[in-house]
Amino acid sequence: MVARGCGGVWRRAWQRGPGPGPGPDPSPRGQRAVVCNARGGAVPAGKSGLAPWIPVVGLEIHAQISSNSKLFSGSQVQFAAPPNSLVSFFDASLPGTLPVLNRRCVEAAVMTGLALNCSINKKSLFDRKHYFYADLPAGYQITQQRVPIAVNGSLSYSLCIDNKMSQIVTKTVRIKQIQLEQDSGKSLHDDTRSQTLVDLNRAGVGLMEVVMEPDMCCGEEAAAAVRELQLILQTLGSSQAVMAEGQLRVDANVSVHHPGEPYGVRTEVKNINSIRFLAKAVDYEIQRQIEELENGGTILNETRAFDSKLGCTVPMRDKEGKQDYRFMPEPNLPPLILYDAKSLPANMNHQQVINIDWIQERLPDLPSVKREKLVEQYGILPEHSFTLLNEDGLAEFFESVVKQTQMKPKKVIGWILNDLLSYLKQYSLTVKESPVSSFLLADLLNLLEKKEISSTAAKQVLAELWKGEGKTPLEIVKEQKLGLLQDQKELEQICQAVIDGQENE
Amino acid sequence: AVLNDGLRSQVSAALKEGQITPTELCQRCLALIKSTKFLNAYITVAEESALKQAEESEERYRRGQPLGILDGVPIAVKDNFNTAGIETTCASNMLKGYISPYNATVVQKLLDQGAVLLGKTNLDEFAMGSGSTDGVFGPVRNPWSYSKQYKEKSVPKSHSEDEESNWVITGGSSGGSAAAVSSFTCFAALGSDTGGSTRNPAAHCGVVGLKPTYGLISRHGLIPLVNSMDVPGILTRCVDDAAILLGSLAGHDPKDSTTVQDDFKPFELPNLTDVSKLSIGIPKEYNAPGLSSEIVALWLKAADLFKNAGAKVVEVSLPHTRYSIVCYHVLCTAEVASNMARFDGLEYGHRSDKKDSTESMYAATRREGFNDVVRGRILSGNYFLLKQNYEKYFVKAQKVRRLIANDFVEVFRSGVDILLTPTTLSDAAPYTEFIQEDNRTRSAQDDVLTQAANMAGLPAISVPTALSEKGLPVGLQFIGRSFQEKQLLTVAKWFEKQVQFPMIQLEEVKRHDSGVFQHQKSASFS
Repeated sequence: MVARGCGGVWRRAWQRGPGPGPGPDPSPRGQRAVVCNARGGAVPAGKSGLAPWIPVVGLEIHAQISSNSKLFSGSQVQFAAPPNSLVSFFDASLPGTLPVLNRRCVEAAVMTGLALNCSINKKSLFDRKHYFYADLPAGYQITQQRVPIAVNGSLSYSLCIDNKMSQIVTKTVRIKQIQLEQDSGKSLHDDTRSQTLVDLNRAGVGLMEVVMEPDMCCGEEAAAAVRELQLILQTLGSSQAVMAEGQLRVDANVSVHHPGEPYGVRTEVKNINSIRFLAKAVDYEIQRQIEELENGGTILNETRAFDSKLGCTVPMRDKEGKQDYRFMPEPNLPPLILYDAKSLPANMNHQQVINIDWIQERLPDLPSVKREKLVEQYGILPEHSFTLLNEDGLAEFFESVVKQTQMKPKKVIGWILNDLLSYLKQYSLTVKESPVSSFLLADLLNLLEKKEISSTAAKQVLAELWKGEGKTPLEIVKEQKLGLLQDQKELEQICQAVIDGQENE
Repeated sequence: AVLNDGLRSQVSAALKEGQITPTELCQRCLALIKSTKFLNAYITVAEESALKQAEESEERYRRGQPLGILDGVPIAVKDNFNTAGIETTCASNMLKGYISPYNATVVQKLLDQGAVLLGKTNLDEFAMGSGSTDGVFGPVRNPWSYSKQYKEKSVPKSHSEDEESNWVITGGSSGGSAAAVSSFTCFAALGSDTGGSTRNPAAHCGVVGLKPTYGLISRHGLIPLVNSMDVPGILTRCVDDAAILLGSLAGHDPKDSTTVQDDFKPFELPNLTDVSKLSIGIPKEYNAPGLSSEIVALWLKAADLFKNAGAKVVEVSLPHTRYSIVCYHVLCTAEVASNMARFDGLEYGHRSDKKDSTESMYAATRREGFNDVVRGRILSGNYFLLKQNYEKYFVKAQKVRRLIANDFVEVFRSGVDILLTPTTLSDAAPYTEFIQEDNRTRSAQDDVLTQAANMAGLPAISVPTALSEKGLPVGLQFIGRSFQEKQLLTVAKWFEKQVQFPMIQLEEVKRHDSGVFQHQKSASFS
């Protein structure tokens, strides 16, 4: 679908290139990142040396629900499919079409709500949120503004103080609500031809909007909270939560105030597409606000975009006018009723009801529980359990190696974290893509454990294994003669040969 | 006399026995559509596909395997239902030329049962109106304007401009469907009913207009006016036929989440002989300002008819009825504002040539695509939905809606079975008179007796009752309990039998079906 003559007008935050605004030179601020206050303290005063500032950070996170079909239509959900190939009549908002709620999306939201300690509303409602936009074909988005599916939860996350792995602090952020809503399509702007291309493949895909209360106070906290949420979603399978593919989108609400004073005017920072950039964007915005205020300026209640190239936030031109979304109840969807074991009517068709208790009983171990189990079972350090879970598949890799070797888990973890992980990082590989399988690594560690090679030699073998030439550790050891000599006679002979050589000189 | 008869007893039987073939029947209807073209009842006549469907039906009859009562029966559909392959315009510039890729569920159901779709009928733009005068294809003329009965009673002025100035409106917004049924161009038609849009034109055109319970018939494919009140409406020439159509359309639709899950069992209407166990309620608030004395008299007469037959007739009160107009106005415009947001010129429909910016393209598209009535409702609806107004108007209107619905609950709980009310304030107005007032005023006046049933979601039916002094049809309305269509229609059928509403006497029809007028019925009731 092509809409002509609209160049430069249809703009969406996360697709925007370098912003048009007067981008301040970001370098000095970038270097002077906000002192993180994992201990919950205030940021020291700026230049003026007056009262300290307390930054306040809240997050709105959109997680795309992992589901075969869209929230209200039977269209498939698929990343990077040919444009407009996954569009039903409803998705294109053809007149007369009606929404039909996707059960899978509801279950995913209930699961997520339970995992985030929310109370699940047995009755939730859908609303229409109106705004005109090329990739919003109906002119409104169906969302849950009045009564969302889950409310009043919490999320515990951990972060290290001053970048020392040994000092882990656990914090909690309150979850205000989780609401089900539709995703919009995508607009692609061709400025040279002055036209906008609309792709509706994404239009109507189910989203969970997770609203986190402003309980965080720096970029690192925000990043840690989002990372923990991401792990939970991936564990549940309720979202693939890959930020690079837009399955997890984070908007940050940032303000600063002095102790004892009410919260300052907040800005909303959008266009954040990685966790690393989230930390940067939040810290930049906190610093910007502090400097603005200390220079006698004021903070505007505005939406700003994070420019990852410049490392700064810039005002978004198209969001300047305050929108009135003219919310109203969605009349085509009856209230969403959920049941628990107690309220479940006996004669109800199971296909037609969702039982919260049933979902609760089947929740998988959440990351926090998995970490505890790892620490308990293998005697590894808590901080190691974090690293194991942070890399997709690493904990499983570790457990698999442990199962196949006699080496103690405490020693295995060192090889996993120091050697394997640094290799993976160096070559930007995921655990799955590792040329060294858990089997090979276990083999190698067994050689080491049986003292057939030294640990220096083991590292050499690992380097060789990394080439992925299909050799076993033993073959490499033999080829390169890296084995430790255990035979007394052979050793004596070698020593004698060396001494003889000396004498001859 | 096939063109005029009930579906089950006559048409279906005639088709089965081969007295007439589906193709012949279809051709007769198409010819009649042509000769009554001046009524402007149809926006699109789907001659080619209709004849093809008739042919297929004929084949089924030939094999002795018709699909049911509706097989081969020519029907018409209001032009706000999606029909695959046939233009769906909503009588708006916005959708002129728009061909939907899918059939509305109700259309699909009719086709699946062998009905022959003759075409799409005229309406007020996007069904917003009560006259069928405000569509982009021009007003619909009431067939009764050309009837012998009306011509005899209306005082002739000068000969030439007589008919031109004297023709009366059909009511609306389903005026095209009502006119189509009334002028014998089809045997049944689909309308839609949001505030009375099926019952009002049915009353003015002397046909039966049924608005079923909300949630009984799928709205999927009906281009919405007010989602929470819209119901596909049924227009037929007798109550039995309405029951047949209802039976073929009702039931859960997975594509419409607001349809009820319970199975619907089609029913045949019994011939009621004893009404003594019935309790008929006469809501006093329906003696509304502007109700013509003629209609009041007919209403009372109908009540007496029940009383004399042994039914209990009681005056009841629906105290919140008087707030219904203003309440309806808020809820209707709010949903209209929302529903119309999709018409932005991008995916389908009209798109303006104006290209200065996206916003100016939107604005010009909507300015060019919608008439004043639609734009006016969008404007007020958006006003009511503004954050600062939402509580004050929308939420309050919803509360009032609940009170109006509760009024009915109370009355039915008190033992009343059916409510009897007028359908319209008066008989149909001449076009020239009708357009003296704007659409909003007209709609507010005309919907007053019908819209409460939409607010409460209740089934209601308008039954042609008598001719007015001017020789125009007058209908009375029965309102029943939710999902009690069978009871409602049974009572309506009894009433229909009592009043013996006269047949329209149309020259055009006479020419096509001379049998019609062989047994002249008289207006025995008035």
